This record gives sequence, C-alpha cells and structure tokens, in this order.
Amino acid sequence: MAFSLRKSKYVIYNNLKTRMGLFGITKNRSCWTSSPTHHHSTPIAAPFVQTFRNTCASFRNTGTLFSARRFESIKAGKQVLDFPGGMVAFTSEMSFISESPKERAHCYRVLDDNGQPIIHQNIVNEEVSITMYAHMVTLQIMDTIFYEAQRQGRISFYLTTNGEEAINIASAAALTIDDLIFPQYREPGVLLWRGFTLQEFANQCFGNKADYGKGRQMPIHYGSNKHNYFTISSTIATQLPHAVGAAYSLKMEKKDACVVTYFGDGGSSEGDFHAALNFAAVMEVPVIFICRNNGWAISTPTSDQFRSDGVVVKGKAYGVRSIRVDGNDALAIYNAVHAAREMAISEHRPILIEALAYRVGHHSTSDDSTKYRPANEIEFWRTSRDPVTRFRKWIESNGWWSGEAESELRSSVRKELLHAIQFAEKVEKPSISNIFTDVYDIPPLNLCEQEISLRETIKRYPEDYPPNVPV
Amino acid sequence: MLGILRQKVSFGGSHISIVEQSFLRIRPAVNASRGYTSAAKEMTVRDALNSALDEEMSADPKVFLMGEEVGEYQGAYKISKGLLDKYGPERVVDTPITEAGFTGIGVGAAYYGLRPVIEFMTFNFSMQAIDHIINSAAKSNYMSAGQISVPIVFRGPNGAAAGVGAQHSQCYAAWYAACPGLKVLSPYSSEDARGLLKAAIRDPDPVVFLENELLYGESFPVAAEVLDSSFCLPIGKAKIEREGKDVTITAFSKMVGYALKAAEILANEGISAEVINLRSIRPMDKATINASVRKTNRLVTVEEGFPQHGVGAEICTSVIEESFEYLDAAVERIAGADVPMPYAANLERMAVPQIEDIVRAAKRTCYRSVPKAATA
Repeated sequence: MAFSLRKSKYVIYNNLKTRMGLFGITKNRSCWTSSPTHHHSTPIAAPFVQTFRNTCASFRNTGTLFSARRFESIKAGKQVLDFPGGMVAFTSEMSFISESPKERAHCYRVLDDNGQPIIHQNIVNEEVSITMYAHMVTLQIMDTIFYEAQRQGRISFYLTTNGEEAINIASAAALTIDDLIFPQYREPGVLLWRGFTLQEFANQCFGNKADYGKGRQMPIHYGSNKHNYFTISSTIATQLPHAVGAAYSLKMEKKDACVVTYFGDGGSSEGDFHAALNFAAVMEVPVIFICRNNGWAISTPTSDQFRSDGVVVKGKAYGVRSIRVDGNDALAIYNAVHAAREMAISEHRPILIEALAYRVGHHSTSDDSTKYRPANEIEFWRTSRDPVTRFRKWIESNGWWSGEAESELRSSVRKELLHAIQFAEKVEKPSISNIFTDVYDIPPLNLCEQEISLRETIKRYPEDYPPNVPV
Repeated sequence: MLGILRQKVSFGGSHISIVEQSFLRIRPAVNASRGYTSAAKEMTVRDALNSALDEEMSADPKVFLMGEEVGEYQGAYKISKGLLDKYGPERVVDTPITEAGFTGIGVGAAYYGLRPVIEFMTFNFSMQAIDHIINSAAKSNYMSAGQISVPIVFRGPNGAAAGVGAQHSQCYAAWYAACPGLKVLSPYSSEDARGLLKAAIRDPDPVVFLENELLYGESFPVAAEVLDSSFCLPIGKAKIEREGKDVTITAFSKMVGYALKAAEILANEGISAEVINLRSIRPMDKATINASVRKTNRLVTVEEGFPQHGVGAEICTSVIEESFEYLDAAVERIAGADVPMPYAANLERMAVPQIEDIVRAAKRTCYRSVPKAATA
C-alpha cells in the first residue's frame, strides 16, 4: 500500500509506523483531541487523512483507525495537548515510569532510637508527654493482662497492640474529642485516650450487662458514641468508605472536626481502600487515613501483600497528600497527625499517613506467629525498637519521669485492671430480650412472637437453661 | 377513597358488556382507568418516584441522593430528573464507578446522621456492594447495640427488563429479604411507588427498594391524597388489589399486573381470584396472606425470580405452617426459569412467568384440567 507523503509528514508517518502493524492499521484507538495551541493548520493534514482512509477502506474490519488530524502537532517536548483532565506535555523519548523508586519514600521521625530529638524543635510539653506516656504504659499492661485472661479461658478472644502503642496514643493525643474515629481493631489506645475506662474495656470483653454492645460481639469490638469512636466491626477496610461518608456529612455541617480512620498494611489491599481514597479526593472531604504498616497481615508479610513502596506512594496515585512516619516515634506521629488535621479541616482534603511499625504480638489469640516468622525477629523489635521505651528515654532525659514513677504507674494500672476483670466477670450477662432488640428500630411482629415463644420454652424446660444467665 | 372511585366506575355503564356485568365485582382502579373516563389523575411510576424524592429532599435537608449518572445525566432511567438543578451537587452526587465505594460512603454518611438514598443502576450491580449492604448497613444497629443507626435507602431497578441478558435481569428480592436488619419493599403502581419510597426514606432502618425498569413508563391513576406531600404507605402491609373467593394469587412488582390480567381471564371462566400485591417483602404481611388463603383455600404465588429459596417458597411455607387445615389443594409456585436469563426474545419470554402460566396454575388449584406436565 503506497502513501503519497509530503516531506513534512515523514515525522508523522514514522511515528505512525512504530505504532502500527504491516498494513498501517492500528488496533488501538487513541482518544486524543487536537489542541488550539499548536501551530500547524488543519489543511496540511487533510489530504493525508483522505489518502489514508481511502487506502485503508478495505481494511476496515481489521481494526480501528486513527484520525490523522491528531498527528498535526508533533514536535518533541514543546507541544502540549489538553486531554480530558488537563494539559500534558509531550516527549519524544519513550520511557516507562519505574515500578520501584531508586530511593524509597523517606520516613519522618523526631526522636532517634535513644529517644533524643534529632533536630532542635518545639515539641510537646511536659503535661501532655506524661499523659501520653502513662497511656502507652496502660495500653501495654492492658494487652498483657487481657491476653493472659484469654489464655486462662476467662475471655474467648483478644487482640494485642504490642509495638503500636505510639501509633495509638500519639495519634489520639493530636486530635480533639469532636474528631470521629473509624477504627479497624488494633486501636483501643485511641479509645483509652478519650476516657474509656479499664472497667468499660473489661465489660465488653466479658460481654456482660454493662457492655455498651449488649454482649452482641466478640471481645475487643469496642464502640462508644459518647467518645465518638464507631463500633468496631470485624470486616477489613469497610470502615474506610464509611469514614469518607461521615467526613462528607461533617463537611456539609461545616464542623471544625475531621474523621480519622485506621487500617493495616493488609487492609490497603481491599477494594474499599481504593474506593475510599479515590472518593475522598474527588469529594474533597476532611478525612485522615492512618495506615499502621506493621509488616504482617496475620501470616502474610508485606512482600506478599503489595509490590509498591509501601502504602504511602498509593496516596499520590489518588491525588491524596501523604506522608510516611516512624510508627515507633510517638512525637513524629503526634506532629504528623496534628499537621494533617489542620490541612484536612482548613483545606477540605484527605491526608494519608503511613506509620511504619512492627506487629510484635501475634495477630490475635488465635494465632501463633512463631510458626511463620523467626522468633529472634520478634524479639529484636520487642526490645530494641519498642516505642514505649524510646518515649520513656525522652521524658526521663527531660527530668519528667523516674524509675519510681514507672513502677508506681505499672503496679497501680495492674491492680486496677485485675480488679476490673474480676468485677466484669461477676456482672450478669445481658437478658434474653437483647437477642431481639436493635435488629430494627422497632421490633417487628415476628420477633415479638419469637421472644414470647422463647420465654415460654424456657419456663417449660428450666433445666435446659443456664441458671446464672438472666432471662 | 378508592372505594368511591370504584363505585363511580361500576356505574359508568356503557362500556361494560353483558357478560362482564354478570361477573361484576369491585374492579381495581387500574382497570377502571382503562375503560372509563375517571376524575383520577394519571401518573407514571417514574414521575411518582421523582416526585417522592423531590418532596422528601425538600422536607428534610439531610436526605441526599448518590449514584452513577443521577445528577448531570438526570438519572440512568431519568428518575432523578431535575433534582440536580433544584438541590445542587452536594445533595445529588454523581459518583465514580464503584458500587462498593459509594455504598460504603452512603453507609458512613448514614452513620453520622445524613439520610442517603443510594441508587444502583440495577440491583445486579448491588452485588459489588452487597458486603456493605449486609455487613455494614443491615447489621450495624444490632452489633453496635443501637449506637449506630443506618437510615439509608438502596433503590434501583430489579428483576428482568427486556433483552438485557443474564447479568442484568436477576431478581434480588429473595436475597435481601433473607437478611434480618433490612427492610425490603417492592412497589407496583404509582401509588405504591410514591407511598413506599416516602416511607422508606423516613424509616430509621436500612431499606432495599426494588423497582422495575419496565414499570417506570407505565401510568396509573392516583387519587388526590396520593399526591399530597405527606402521603405515606405503611411498611409491612400488603394490598388486596382485587378481591376474590376461589384462589389467592400473591405477586409483587411487575407480576402484580400479570396476576391482575390473569384474574380477568379466570373471571371469564368462572374462577374468582383474589390478587394480593405484597408491597413489602420483608417484613412480609403474612397475616393478610393467610387470612386470604383461609377465605379462598387455594394459593398461587407468582414471582419473576429464580424458584429455589425464592419469595414464593417463603409464602408457601408460611401458609402451610399457619393455615394448613384450610388448604383444599397443593400450593402452587410460579417463578422464573431456573436458568440465567437468556437474551434471545423467544427464549427470554419462556424464562419469565407469563399470564398463561398463572391462569393454568390457578386452574390446577381449582381441579380444572391442565395437568402439571403440560406447563413444564
């Protein structure tokens, strides 16, 4: 097939040739439109179009054809075309964006491994620091004792936050009580910071009458409206689009508050992560996405979870401002969340924070992580990278903390916890009417009938009903 | 009100044949409008839905609509026509193509106090979002012990349209009605559409609202009170569209129209069929259905969806449990064919219940000829 080409079109033709097969037909449709900024006028291209189309008429069924108009303005580097979505500069050097960066995204930290500030800066004051530290210790002890209670068979399940105390407490400290929390399940520290008592934690774990969840869920599925902490549900990453929806609601209310939602490295693989970030950027809502990248999703290491440079680089893909922080550095997290909150609320934008940490504990009491990772790796992170220790070194170096204060705090928290557990264990379970309430706003007829029927059955066969459970 | 309408109609006179006069009984308003000049206003289901949305959005600033093409495109089926202009992009939100995403976002917005109406282009696409509908919306109030309520409505066309193939034709009534925590509604007429959609939007629980694409363009007469902005139908109450004494036919959505036509044919053959428009799949008005079967002693359930574990199965079981002694014949279930919906028009016609199927089933319950094998 012969084309009659003028010299000015050799560039066009050569370009075409590299994209097309033998018969000059390309299978790929381009969706370019021509730009008003280029210099060549249309008529030059027109005869080319005619020739091209006529000659190719017989090949119509082998693929779609370019309109040659689009090739009018190819001059390396200088030309731009306004594609839907904005101006894009051209280049005649073909290069693929690398799948992995030469250097990974840098990680923000304030304190070094010994708890000393790396650069001199205004940091959190004594009162807040002590409070943060006390909460981190409380969280640590809470985890230890509840874990042991599960092992003793007193509660059915538990999930620790070992290694992520800084992420929990420091992020909570940087927020206000009006900010809504949409947790995954490894963030009880946020609720602790907001004033949830050890007794309230214990009540939920034991599923007793005082549990705000009325015994409906497994342990660690805390939730409290008055603390603006949405009830934990086990499904992974579903809280991410929920957070965006709530943030939309906040934005419409014009409140000075934002939504903060947490998830793990594993959760970032869910479709909901993609939808949530995408939507948050499009809808321009005040939401902070905090990813606790702790290296493991049960037994799946991050190398099997994604091949990107962690989660922080995904923010850019969605048009979301992001930062990577040292998850074991309480002050770094505090600073980052504080700044993120400012941006989210004043600029109505989502922010992504990836906190790098390590899941020191097992995934939960149903897991034995020594089966899939080396014990010395766990030990290393538990000792030399412990966020609580690092923060203690800092407050001690400021003269705000001492060994006595440490042992006093630990023993009093331990005592309070043991008491809370003993007490929660003895409190009655919720009555059976709680099987039927809250399914709907008003119990429907069929459930009312079933409750009557159930009570009659219990009355008729009392020996089959546990004596220590209220009716 | 409807009774007055019917009375007016039955004395309308001149169009009724002698045969029909001898079988004259209270006719539903639908038939009335066809043959007689009536004072009632006509309204398409599309307009009914549009006006219901409009009025509820006007009455409560927390109500907002979200879905694909609901804004600029005026709605994939034009149900949300004019709403973007009236309420702006904050309350009529065009979404990216992610059902899971915008459903989750709707649930989150409902968690924090807004009242979203989420539109699925068809309920077939709701499967991409079904985790959020069931695990986030339906169960949240229970799991959080009342701390998180979800006053959300999921609406869109459900069931078969015409020539849209397997992935665009499934009926999800049975799927959603199986789940405690959800309410499931399916309107037939314009009155149903208006009243039930308003009730759904006002309801504090999550509601799945199953419309039908082929009904959107159909026109029904509506009484003046239906047009009032405070009009609302109760959730959980079925409507007896046509009274009868020989056999009870239950149906919902498009099949109500078929059942009514079948009842006409049966009337000519001396069988008086009572047609019940379910309106509410969950909670289902089992009281009305059972009362009807106790009167007629025969039951035929009609649905477009797949037969196994379908809505009809639930109705049959309820009747057997509650009214077994009253049955004079085995219960009959008419459902769609147990195959993914074929595309070719002749095949599609055979995969969906037709009026003749309903007539034959009713006759069988009345011990009238046509053995089961003939209808396959």
